[in-house]
Amino acid sequence: MSQHLPPRWVIALTTLVYVFLHAPLLVLVVFSFNDSKFSTSWEGFTLHWYERLFERADLLSALKLSVGIGLGSTVIATALGTLLAMGLARRRFPGRAFVEALLYVPVVTPEIVVGISLLILFVAMGFQMGVSTILIAHVAFNISFVTIVVRARLEGMDRSLQEAAMILGADEWTTFWRVTVPQLWPGILSGALLSFTMSFDDFVITSLVSGPGSSTLPIVVYGMVRKNIEPTINAISAVILVVTALLLWFADRVGGEEGAPKGH
Amino acid sequence: MNTPAALAVQFSRVSKTFGAYRAAREVSFEIRAGEFFSLLGPSGCGKTTTLRLLAGFEQPDVDGGEVRITGGVVNGKRPYERGLGMVFQSYALFPHLSIERNIAFGLEQRAVPKGEIASRVRRAMQLVRLDPDTYGRRMPAQLSGGQKQRVALARALVVEPPILLLDEPLGALDLKLRKEMQVELKALNRDLGITFVYVTHDQEEALTMSDRIAVMRDGRIAQLGSPEEIYERPRTPFVAKFIGESNFIEAKQDGVVNGRARLVRPDGAVLWTAPNERPTEALICVRPERLHLHAPGEAPSGENQLPATVRALTYRGESLHVRAELGGGGDVVVAVRNEGQLNQRLRWAVGDPAVVSWAPQDGRLLEGDDS
Repeated sequence: MSQHLPPRWVIALTTLVYVFLHAPLLVLVVFSFNDSKFSTSWEGFTLHWYERLFERADLLSALKLSVGIGLGSTVIATALGTLLAMGLARRRFPGRAFVEALLYVPVVTPEIVVGISLLILFVAMGFQMGVSTILIAHVAFNISFVTIVVRARLEGMDRSLQEAAMILGADEWTTFWRVTVPQLWPGILSGALLSFTMSFDDFVITSLVSGPGSSTLPIVVYGMVRKNIEPTINAISAVILVVTALLLWFADRVGGEEGAPKGH
Repeated sequence: MNTPAALAVQFSRVSKTFGAYRAAREVSFEIRAGEFFSLLGPSGCGKTTTLRLLAGFEQPDVDGGEVRITGGVVNGKRPYERGLGMVFQSYALFPHLSIERNIAFGLEQRAVPKGEIASRVRRAMQLVRLDPDTYGRRMPAQLSGGQKQRVALARALVVEPPILLLDEPLGALDLKLRKEMQVELKALNRDLGITFVYVTHDQEEALTMSDRIAVMRDGRIAQLGSPEEIYERPRTPFVAKFIGESNFIEAKQDGVVNGRARLVRPDGAVLWTAPNERPTEALICVRPERLHLHAPGEAPSGENQLPATVRALTYRGESLHVRAELGGGGDVVVAVRNEGQLNQRLRWAVGDPAVVSWAPQDGRLLEGDDS
């Protein structure tokens, strides 16, 4: 078996990289259970900081807002992104290549640039910064992610499935719901989960387009850090970390699955 | 005979253009009800486009002719308004539905009562010789290619369409299974009285199954007729080459005597064949099995004869293919049937002088390929 393992130095280097990347996160989670007001030394195990989370009304309302915006932007971006993916994959129209290239712009553009450009747009249009501007911003960057994921799924789909449904008497609407959506479902779900994660975690863009009274969780946490560091921060960060990781893991599993349900 | 009621399909000068590519050019044909009709040709000849125009997946060009199904014009009608059945090359079974649900799909769209759906699905599965109890609840991914093929057929037939379209349905199957399915498809066509429109690039498949064949090339029908007509009387060099094997012998028509065409070879040799009103090519087509090889002086009189030299011998089991160079130029292949004599020491050797002969009615004066 040993000949199948990579050389020892490769393993060592890989381990080092992973430790470097994840050690800070591990320390953060560990110290969220630390029975001390200062995060420098281990004083014993406690759930105190997690209990404190429930006492902080600002954190809870920020959490509610984050989840709400996450869900809202996910639903809108998933619907629009799926339709866009289908249009790009199935239709030939002038400027199609251009639209396709545009799709990657929000993905590769630094968030700060996206945020500032949205801010300028909103100001120019006379929008009041608040929940609606955050929602629009999140929908805007999430559409790209959904489209890219669903598009990949569509590429692998046999076009004659839709034709088979139509020749059997199903109109476009029935074909979409009974054949296309079930086939795209893993892609759609994985795009939606990705969307929610992006929205829930976003700080840079959100901070630029949010207004008074519309602070999402990352923004409130940032504010807390600036005032005073206490392990409540560790606790809330650990919660965000776990939720995000779970969603990403689930999105990856769903997206990587074969189209056909496993038979029993 | 060809009253509109007896016609399943009519194409009248139907054209379809994709960008600059003319996939179908003024295609006209009629398919009789109950007929097994094949669209045959190499890839890119327009056979699939023609089938898709019939299915409604493509619409003819503006002013691109008329497609009629059982007498009614269907231009502009969507596929689900045409009431057809179709079997796809990839089978196109819905991967997320069980075999039963796949077959039931068309019945559900037609709002057939639930109880009736179950019994009709069972009957359709029995019709294609798939056991409903064994396979009904399986998923498509659990079936072999041949079984998927049967499900695809059952799903198309269960709605009892007047016309069944088949797009190279046997292409993905191995040879033995393909032969089996050919026989079964032909039997279904005969027993159910459904019109079959069959697209294939396999000339042998088309010959063995079809009542009539439309050989297509470059978006046009090169020849339309029964398998016998197409094999025995190919109209153009393309058809002669595409269906079976052919020899082409150069000769120009030089008048008609007693109902026979008199032809002259470039070297002056005279040949006879059945006349053709439109001989634009100076080519006679003769099938290898219709040519005979004789020792010089032994050829029967009354047949066309050309001196030749044996150039190559290929033993093929049921026959021996002898390639011979004709005296006046050109090569032919003579198929000598194995009637036991090939078991002996061969009579022919490379370099032998010989005479190639054939009956005048076995030669066919060709027309030019349309371009």
